[in-house]
Amino acid sequence: MSAVPSMIVEAPAVTAGKPGVWLRLAHNPSVLIGALLVTLIALTGIAAPLLSSIDPGAINPSNRNKTSGYETSVRDDEGRKITRKALMGTDSLGRDIYTRVVYGARVSLIVGITVAVFSVVIGLVIGLFAGYLRWLDGIVMRIMDGLMAIPAILLAIALVSLSGASMMTVIVAVAIPEIPRVVRLVRAIVLSIREEPYVEAAISVGTPTIKVLWRHVLPNTIAPLIVQATFICGSAILLEAILSFLGVGIPPETPTWGNIMAEGRSLFQVYPHNILYPGTFLTLTVLAINMLGDGLRDTLDPRMSKRL
Amino acid sequence: MSEAPREPFSGAGPVLDIRGLRIALPKGGDRPEAVSDVSFSVAAGEIVCLVGESGSGKSVIAFSAMGLLPKNLPIVSGTIGLQGENLVGATEFRLRELRCTRMGMIFQEPMTALNPVMRCGEQIDEVLREHTRLSADERRAKIVAMIAQVHLPDPARMVDSFPHQLSGGQRQRIMIAMALILGPSLLIADEPTTALDVTTQAQILKLIRELQRDRGTGVLFITHDFGVVAEIADRVAVLQNGELVEMGPTAQILRAPKHPYTRMLIASVPSHTPPARPPAAGAGDAIVLRTEALAKTYSTSGMFGGARKIDAARDISIEIRKGETLGIVGESGSGKSTVARCIARLIDPSGGRILLSGTDIARMSAGRLRELRHKVQIVFQDPYRSLNPRRTVGDSIIEGPMNYGLARHDALERSRKLMELVRLDPAALDRYPHQFSGGQRQRICIARALAMEPELLIADEAVSALDVSVQAQVLNLLEEIRHSLHLAVLFITHDLRVAAQVCDQVAVMSKGRVVEYGPAERIFRSPQHEYTRALFDAAPGRGFEFGAG
Repeated sequence: MSAVPSMIVEAPAVTAGKPGVWLRLAHNPSVLIGALLVTLIALTGIAAPLLSSIDPGAINPSNRNKTSGYETSVRDDEGRKITRKALMGTDSLGRDIYTRVVYGARVSLIVGITVAVFSVVIGLVIGLFAGYLRWLDGIVMRIMDGLMAIPAILLAIALVSLSGASMMTVIVAVAIPEIPRVVRLVRAIVLSIREEPYVEAAISVGTPTIKVLWRHVLPNTIAPLIVQATFICGSAILLEAILSFLGVGIPPETPTWGNIMAEGRSLFQVYPHNILYPGTFLTLTVLAINMLGDGLRDTLDPRMSKRL
Repeated sequence: MSEAPREPFSGAGPVLDIRGLRIALPKGGDRPEAVSDVSFSVAAGEIVCLVGESGSGKSVIAFSAMGLLPKNLPIVSGTIGLQGENLVGATEFRLRELRCTRMGMIFQEPMTALNPVMRCGEQIDEVLREHTRLSADERRAKIVAMIAQVHLPDPARMVDSFPHQLSGGQRQRIMIAMALILGPSLLIADEPTTALDVTTQAQILKLIRELQRDRGTGVLFITHDFGVVAEIADRVAVLQNGELVEMGPTAQILRAPKHPYTRMLIASVPSHTPPARPPAAGAGDAIVLRTEALAKTYSTSGMFGGARKIDAARDISIEIRKGETLGIVGESGSGKSTVARCIARLIDPSGGRILLSGTDIARMSAGRLRELRHKVQIVFQDPYRSLNPRRTVGDSIIEGPMNYGLARHDALERSRKLMELVRLDPAALDRYPHQFSGGQRQRICIARALAMEPELLIADEAVSALDVSVQAQVLNLLEEIRHSLHLAVLFITHDLRVAAQVCDQVAVMSKGRVVEYGPAERIFRSPQHEYTRALFDAAPGRGFEFGAG
């Protein structure tokens, strides 16, 4: 052919298309409120030693079951007398509830985020292969169906009795039942994406399967997975609190919201503050994370509200 | 429920009279107005075709007349007169009264326009319940009579069937029955045959003509297909970017268009007769692809036995030489895409042999196949889905060559040359697909295929999703490339006009089999098989000679 291009079609200049994803996120009220609250709680957890000078494990038998606002005087290292105020009162061992709630934010967030990351990463890998390699699909999905049938609480009790109570046990026990949900989500996305012509085009130019998955399939799962991760995070925090409350979770001396509530359970009718404050924090945190997840879903992937 | 007046319109004025209609586009669109200053009218008993390429605003006009415009497309000025009553600014209540009683609409997609969980009869009944005070028996009698009028077999049974039990053409007939049951004086048809096969399309067009003639309905018919225009229109209105550029009687617009845009559009419509072309391949040229008794069977096995086998393709034996184009022509479900996908080994054939330059790839393992993949490249139908939206065009083009060990720098060099070959600016390589139009994306897909230096290029309905003017450009480009690179091309299409223009050999497929196979020129001149003849007869606008060739 006449190799000289007679008319080169100019590609259109970069047009001001849809507003960027960050801008859309910034305009979504539930993303804003959710993110703000989560950040506040995360900061609380990180800055716990600055927010309270008291050791969260320190027992003080003379100040048991004091209501919020109780003032006590202690001597510091140099022997001077200072007045300390128990903002949220003390529990039946005289420990400062405010300090324990602030430190408890750490445990909750660590458990929530670790479970979310752990289950999303494992679920993503399994889901990608199950969705893409048809022969693997049947086997993997039946195993996942089996996993989904195990209640998280029963699994936690079993694991605790096997290996003792620790944060790691709780994380594993909460994460395992979440994995199948992630796998199902990823698999559904992969099943639709693998039919896309651009994936077929990649196959026909000889791209190896692993690269097809990495380059062309994986990026499509990121947005729905971020959304799913927030929901997992919220339910993991809740589940950790439940497990601690039942006494099968994190050891009772560790300050977690569930442990504080378990501690205050017996005297709940007389001293409701033992349960009120950690309960409020727990509710706010889960609410904030779920709001964030809802907002992310609406902005990143409007179709998913139907899929879930 | 008040019954809207339904006596036939007696006034001499037009049924639909649109004057100075302007409809705004939301901010950030490619132009300020979707429709700018459009005026035309449809008389009783007349079919007016609105023709235009995608984005010309033809559907917006149809929706504005029905009062179905989304809120972000407000009518700025102008009037839409339905039998003298201005619909612009009419209340939602009044519009609801008018719909179905005075104006009916049929949509493009018969698969989605009907509610899948309601029986067809109930869906038509809904119209009657809303607008009339007939008793249940009277309504049913009316529905059965209407279904008989749209020539559906066994109307009494049709009433009680669900949409999924009907074919696309049958569903479109139900839609027409629903639109016409109250005898509206205006029927708006928005691309009603675009989603249908050519033989079904011919029947539906005939039905619309017949009903319109019997009832004296005015029809506003929206289409992008000049074949359909030639078949059905009394008058034609041509739209370009929201402006009405030309309007006149069909014969005048098609034979002697005045406006340059109309002239360009009509010249782009491929002719139905193959041009005289030198034999593309001599007997000495190597056979690039030969299939022997290629077959693909899908089997579905129920949990409790009852396995079903479907022959998607059977006994396909075709041959393509270097520099030659073989067209596979057929309606949807004929198995033509199955054949293409088997040859590209995107699906595994269930029988037969695929000889690629003498090597049988039909049963080759995935690993060995990867070494040969570059020899067969495929261009897909949908330009919006065949490029990964998250990767730059350059990355998409160099992906293949880099899989075969070419260094990134060399691959980019090659893709720059290819961009020039497909007439795109090489500087655009670092842009993303969404910044290109459909036709440009299809050029990019061709460049990506050519980057592999293939021996066989498969075009699977590669121009079907494009506007007619863009289609003509892409077809020219493909022809040029085939000629200059001496490529073998397998061209899959449902469009006989396109096939007539580009193919040396044609294989006509029906129900998974090749029913006729031979030189294009011979098949188009004297089709032998009865299916081929039926297919050719159904092609719209056969009597009209479009394009210069």
